[in-house]
Amino acid sequence: MQLTLWSYEGPPHIGAMRVAASMQGVHLVLHAPQGDTYSDLLFTMIERRDSRPPVTYTTFQARELGADTAELVKDTIQSCYDRFSPEVLLIGESCTAELIQDQPGALAQGMGLPIPVLPLELPAYTRKESWGANETFYQLVRGLLHERRPAPGESRPPRPEGQRPRANLLGPISLGFRCRDDVTEITRLLDMIGVDVHVVAPLGASPADLLRLPEADFNICLYPETADQTCLWLERMFGQPTVKTVPLGIGATRDFIAEVGRVAGIDTSGIAMPDWSRMPWYSRSVDSTYLTGKRVFIFGDATHAVAAARVASEELGFTVVGLGTYAREFAREVRAAAKQYGVEPLITDDYLEVEARVAEAHPELVLGTQMERHIAKRLGVPCAVISAPVHVQDFPARYAPQMGYEGANVLFDTWVHPLMMGLEEHLITMFREDFEFNDASTPSHLGHGTSPGRVPETTVSAQPQETSPAEGDDASATTWAPEAEQELKKIPFFVRGKARRNTERYATERGIQTITVETLYDAKAHFGR
Amino acid sequence: MSLVSEPKQGGCALPEIARERGQRQVFCGLAGIVWLHRKIQDAFFLVVGSRTCAHLLQSAAGVMIFAEPRFATAILQERDLAGMADCNQELDRVVADVLERRPDIKTLFLVGSCPSEVIKLDLGKAAERLSEHYSGRVQVIDYSASGLETTFTQGEDTCLGALVPRLPALPSIERSLLVLGTLPDVVEDQFRRLFDALEIGPVHFLPPRQASELPPVGPGTSVLLAQPFLGETARALHKRGATLLTAPYPFGVEGTLAWLKAAAAAWGVAPERVDEVAAPAVARARRGLARYREQLAGKRIYFMPDSQLEIPLARFLQRELGVELVEVASPFIDRQLMEHELALLPEGVRLTEGQDVDTQLDRVRAARPDLTVCGLGLANPLEAEGLRTKWSIELVFSPVHGFDQAADLAELFARPLTRGALLQV
Ligand code: SF4
Repeated sequence: MQLTLWSYEGPPHIGAMRVAASMQGVHLVLHAPQGDTYSDLLFTMIERRDSRPPVTYTTFQARELGADTAELVKDTIQSCYDRFSPEVLLIGESCTAELIQDQPGALAQGMGLPIPVLPLELPAYTRKESWGANETFYQLVRGLLHERRPAPGESRPPRPEGQRPRANLLGPISLGFRCRDDVTEITRLLDMIGVDVHVVAPLGASPADLLRLPEADFNICLYPETADQTCLWLERMFGQPTVKTVPLGIGATRDFIAEVGRVAGIDTSGIAMPDWSRMPWYSRSVDSTYLTGKRVFIFGDATHAVAAARVASEELGFTVVGLGTYAREFAREVRAAAKQYGVEPLITDDYLEVEARVAEAHPELVLGTQMERHIAKRLGVPCAVISAPVHVQDFPARYAPQMGYEGANVLFDTWVHPLMMGLEEHLITMFREDFEFNDASTPSHLGHGTSPGRVPETTVSAQPQETSPAEGDDASATTWAPEAEQELKKIPFFVRGKARRNTERYATERGIQTITVETLYDAKAHFGR
Repeated sequence: MSLVSEPKQGGCALPEIARERGQRQVFCGLAGIVWLHRKIQDAFFLVVGSRTCAHLLQSAAGVMIFAEPRFATAILQERDLAGMADCNQELDRVVADVLERRPDIKTLFLVGSCPSEVIKLDLGKAAERLSEHYSGRVQVIDYSASGLETTFTQGEDTCLGALVPRLPALPSIERSLLVLGTLPDVVEDQFRRLFDALEIGPVHFLPPRQASELPPVGPGTSVLLAQPFLGETARALHKRGATLLTAPYPFGVEGTLAWLKAAAAAWGVAPERVDEVAAPAVARARRGLARYREQLAGKRIYFMPDSQLEIPLARFLQRELGVELVEVASPFIDRQLMEHELALLPEGVRLTEGQDVDTQLDRVRAARPDLTVCGLGLANPLEAEGLRTKWSIELVFSPVHGFDQAADLAELFARPLTRGALLQV
């Protein structure tokens, strides 16, 4: 058993729903009890979807368990077929149905419906939502295409003369992070390079579109969390190469263009950055100097987290002080990146552990999911959201991609916006005793303060911000003189924890028992900022 | 998907109820934890279930993510199911974890789910064992909120039902009024003042604000239901000797007055005295309602089955605001507890028990009511078809009982219409 307060991912059948809900003509029948129908609201409320997701539930109850749930499954499938006339039917079961083993997939296949019926295996007690989406997309593509794969050794026909290379954009999905706008942005970017988008899937695709996937020259794995299995299979079966660079940030966008060029056989060296790509100049602009070395903690799905780390360090000049993911399936990528930034990778789906690690790292900015937004709010640290799991706020009305050049503009705005502006930060440092302009203030352009009402309901989870590891067993070695403690309070809250730790480390290393104001400034001089 | 009409009972004027079965679109009883955990301040709710259960709670709680919640899920893993781990030992470990993190917790609810029920995990035994282990510090109580057994608000019924055997005995010579059902504290205080003025008392509330301060029950207890979905708890209290006062539910002026009068009758207080004591509040409520009556009268409303509040709310809307009832569907209709409410409904109203969501939506589309009360999964799709909706969950979470909330309750129904009329986009 795993104790869970808040979870980053739902069960795997939610992933299957997201694939079905992304597409046209695909319907999912889910063998599940009534309460599981809550998941419709993820689509209708978070994404503001204007129609019910294409999911029909059997909603079996206790009284049916003893009798015939198999009949119920068949009735449900039949009435769903009659009512919605889907082109493809997916059959899945949720955690409870998995236990009663009705084999709805086999039942459905035995009904002789005149459409493809694909049973899904979604192990609810070992796997999670992203895995379920990835698996469902793969099963759907495989199920529709495996009989059309060319014989081994058969080579792809060459591209007709004069036709631009065509790519499939794979991975954008319902309830994904900014997928809608990324697709638009990447389509525009590919057009600049001279590549046409053939099929986007699963978002917006129909089964007929999936059948056309093999016609493209190559695939772009835009969201590996959803599409890496599918891309791999298409590569093996249809000889379509996969572009793996995810164009998040300026550097990655350049790398993406280069990789697309290699795969498509296009010389991209002459492709200039468009003049509306403002992020590089904004970052070089003197007002951004204050961003230098800002301590940033990053957590999210692996793709967005790793990309964010690169943008943060190479393109904004931040210091990465924490990097992690809740997606164990992609832990390797995050570990590799963490090594590069010299931080301990955090691979966990335990929200409380993430909270403790964020608190420990004393970041000045958190880049995370909606969960980290709450953690950051509690700790009084600014935050920007970079990854799913999503919230209604992650579906802005305006165009706000994350990928490509416009995406980089958006990243600059959304990450820098929550921070204290450079001069404002200095003023706080100088006039820290001004009663209206102190630790509890948030940047003046953000209209809300960190009021006492925001402190956690209990103190068990949120360790007080300033507790340092040194205050453990050997803390008895050093103590703070009262005036030093007072002086420490004058240091702005967002660096105070760091100052405390550094000073204690400095004192411990030198065998200083009592930290005085002198020690504080000696340590400051020693470590610099 | 069968549709069976129940024959009218001889001589009884109660309206006909059609039964419907099919796909449901409703929360399971776990959703009750969202309000129960805020009401009972020293209690923690530990669901023993799956990742789905955890996800449901999180999605239903949605906006409440700001604080560390007093609920969590012990998610069953493959190891637990394959017998590689002893579920009971695992549960003990998780409980120890929870109680270590939350030393302030006095009552721990072990909440059963579909998976825990299907694998026949005996939470009753576990609760006994753990109660003994933490005796003197924490009481551990089990109940089921599984979707196999409970629909949405029924989760409160099973929770409160589990408390009944633990209620201390009321000495046989004493009497008391027990108000049953979660009420916001502010409403509870209003009712308490009214009962005090009527010299009805002592008054207790179930659930209490602290689970460690359970109200007593005995032959001298009169139970007055504030929520219509607590039939099992009411019957369990009856078994402990309590008398059930039946009345309409305290929604709107009429319902609240009748509800108070039921208690008054049991205390030998004249109904005129209730009118007298309640007069200022009634006048306020009537003034408040008049405004919304203008807006709501003649509007047509459709209730999708969801919270079991449908019938009392329909009665309020129809009788006090002149709303026309297109159809009133409820997941479950307890004939005994709804007797007074059903009698107040207009002749010929279409009443449905149970759900077949697709055919009900067909009827909504055909009738095109001015307002449809439904769950969050259905609201936006209906709005997109040009139909105004009211989320039923808001009616469970907001203070809507009693005189001083009557206008607020009306406003909840009026708001979507106001907004619909306002928007030019
Ligand atoms: S219906 Fe059952 S499995 Fe689903 S969330 Fe409710 S208790 Fe859990």
